[in-house]
Amino acid sequence: MSNANPLLDVSGLTKHFPIKGGFPIRRTVGAVQAVDGLDFSVAEGESLGLVGESGCGKSTTGRLITRLLEPTGGKISYRGKDITHAGRKQLAPIRSEIQMIFQDPYASLNPRQTVGKIISGPMEINGIEPTGGREKRVRELLEIVGLNPEHYNRFPHEFSGGQRQRIGVARALALEPKLIVADEPVSALDVSIQAQVVNLLQQVQKDLGIAFVFIAHDLAIVRHFSQRVAVMYLGKIVEIADRDDLYGNPRHPYTRALLSAVPEATADDVPARERILLKGDVPSPINPPSGCRFRTRCWKATDKCASEAPPLVQVEGNKPGHLTACHYPETDGTVPAPRLSKDPQAAA
Amino acid sequence: MTPPTPSAAAPLEVTDETVEKSITSPAPKATESRSPGQLAWRRFKRDRTGFTSACIVIFFFVIAITAPLIAKLYGKNPYTQYGQDAPIGTLLNDAGFPIKPNGGIDGDFWFGVEPSMGRDVFTFLLYGIRTSLMIATVTTILVTVIGVVVGITAGYLGGRTDYFVSRVIDIVLSFPSTLFFIAFTPVVYGLFYAADEEIPAWARGVCLIVLLTAFGWASIARLLRGQVLALREREFVEAAKVTGASPARIIFKELLPNLWTPILIQSTLALPAFVTAEAGLAFLGVGIQDPTPDWGVMIQRGAQFYTDDITFMIFPGVSMIIFVLAFNLLGDSVRDALDPKSKR
Ligand SMILES: Nc1ncnc2c1ncn2[C@@H]1O[C@H](COP(=O)(O)OP(=O)(O)OP(=O)(O)O)[C@@H](O)[C@H]1O
Ligand code: SF4
Ligand SMILES: [Mg+2]
Repeated sequence: MSNANPLLDVSGLTKHFPIKGGFPIRRTVGAVQAVDGLDFSVAEGESLGLVGESGCGKSTTGRLITRLLEPTGGKISYRGKDITHAGRKQLAPIRSEIQMIFQDPYASLNPRQTVGKIISGPMEINGIEPTGGREKRVRELLEIVGLNPEHYNRFPHEFSGGQRQRIGVARALALEPKLIVADEPVSALDVSIQAQVVNLLQQVQKDLGIAFVFIAHDLAIVRHFSQRVAVMYLGKIVEIADRDDLYGNPRHPYTRALLSAVPEATADDVPARERILLKGDVPSPINPPSGCRFRTRCWKATDKCASEAPPLVQVEGNKPGHLTACHYPETDGTVPAPRLSKDPQAAA
Repeated sequence: MTPPTPSAAAPLEVTDETVEKSITSPAPKATESRSPGQLAWRRFKRDRTGFTSACIVIFFFVIAITAPLIAKLYGKNPYTQYGQDAPIGTLLNDAGFPIKPNGGIDGDFWFGVEPSMGRDVFTFLLYGIRTSLMIATVTTILVTVIGVVVGITAGYLGGRTDYFVSRVIDIVLSFPSTLFFIAFTPVVYGLFYAADEEIPAWARGVCLIVLLTAFGWASIARLLRGQVLALREREFVEAAKVTGASPARIIFKELLPNLWTPILIQSTLALPAFVTAEAGLAFLGVGIQDPTPDWGVMIQRGAQFYTDDITFMIFPGVSMIIFVLAFNLLGDSVRDALDPKSKR
């Protein structure tokens, strides 16, 4: 689904956090390679899922796109405009178009501000005066996200986690953005409430045509939400494909492992999928393995994997737009095909 | 994952239980709401110790502010040496001690007469409290302002600025400040006044305030730096940045409202400490000096006579204990009200 004229285009995006040490003069003694050379793009109205284990650099990627962090290298362009190192003033016109929804509904709302102030803050900062006034607009937004508009004057502590996350969604919508980066928006919520919030986001995406970068740590949630999915491991994208290709024909061993961990929600007549248990921990991003970063946990690793980093390319057997970074991609025969109902929307 | 239900737009969960349920009030109406500040005020009002302490503290401040008025109504001042002006044997005896029992307390001299100098204890104490509280209050305000500005700057900017400021704070906090005061105050005076010159009381006051401030700002700055460092990483600050908020807006609209609690707690605990520090310095002879009325000066005078006339020591001593105790209890109550999780 890659577009000739994408909304957001990221190439070679890199973020290394310096590790400082030493006394009395502090100097850089190393670097956390949180994100190391990402390439992807998001088309208008498209939802890209970004999936990976904890610590693989998903949040860092989200914060780089929203320019909360300064990239170490690479390029980010929004509507063809290079925003990689744009300052606050240069970003001002774009700020209203790229918004973020945060993981922690308790930390992402200022406890000393009323809901009204929280949601109208973005409009105030950007000098937006909607017809009928900001308060009216806030009430509208509260209604859109399924909250009582009369709760305008309440404080965040008076709401539950799910309701707070809705407030966060309303704040992100206040500026009528074109792209929303949602950093694990439901991970902190109760399973029963997760579905409601995902549903809300889905509705928002459809009704308002907003593009999403949806970050999650498992493939289950993304499946209902994203047209394209990128799988990250230790700061790199290991596989990126349209949803059906990724779930139906996963080529990277890591993607297979993640998919095998997705709880089954489909019919009983399909034979149970073999569960791949990954051994060991994710290596430290301070000192990532040479060659393929997944090789310390890959059951197919060879010497080539240790010496040569596999490029992210359309390996043989992949549909266009399906890229895999592996020297020995999986084929359908090697592991049982993961189940996928014919229509994922219906499964949802 | 459970399949999403189509009822996304329906309002669902009931109000969060955390704070609201513990308060005995009918279920809040949709428009009725309480800010964290209002909740703290409610908690404070129900704290009997805190409320009593607040009344005592306010009482002290009222008498300090209205001291000249009270003295006028009472008809005496703290400077006239009534005991020496009157013929010997009417107020003070040959040895300079009050003739009447209990330090000479009577209808004219409510708190008695000062031994030897023969001043009126009541007005002297009033004016003493006035001087002490003025110095302590000004110092507290300066210390708070400087500490808040430095702490927020260091915490918000981080990096080199933070490293540098933190080392300065370390040095200031590790300084033996009392020794420094004793050794250094005469030097400061020497800079501005010749050895035989009389140092005016205001100059001593200013010098005290400057020195106490110079050593007092560091602890509040360190505390706020830590708080800002933690708050800066909170997602609501990032949320503000994503919408394009300026650093000024983030500091004043997002961070500062969350810092009033530590600021208020720190300054209510700092003020009584400055009162005692100021008195201690006066006692040691480097602060305010006789004949300027001052709590510390009074205690120093009292210490000279307490074996023969305990009454003169009791008034400044007991009043100071009451004040400092009440203020510290008030500080604790303020903290409990603002920050209920930190209850001991
Ligand atoms: N400000 C920072 N300074 C130094 N290291 C950082 C910083 N932020 C993140 N890191 C490191 O970068 C790596 C990636 O972190 P990131 O938060 O992006 O992971 P994540 O994929 O979002 O994980 P999670 O699922 O737990 O949220 C981690 O090793 C983390 O320790
Ligand atoms: S490149 Fe080698 S180590 Fe990496 S995933 Fe493929 S087979 Fe495994
Ligand atoms: Mg994260």
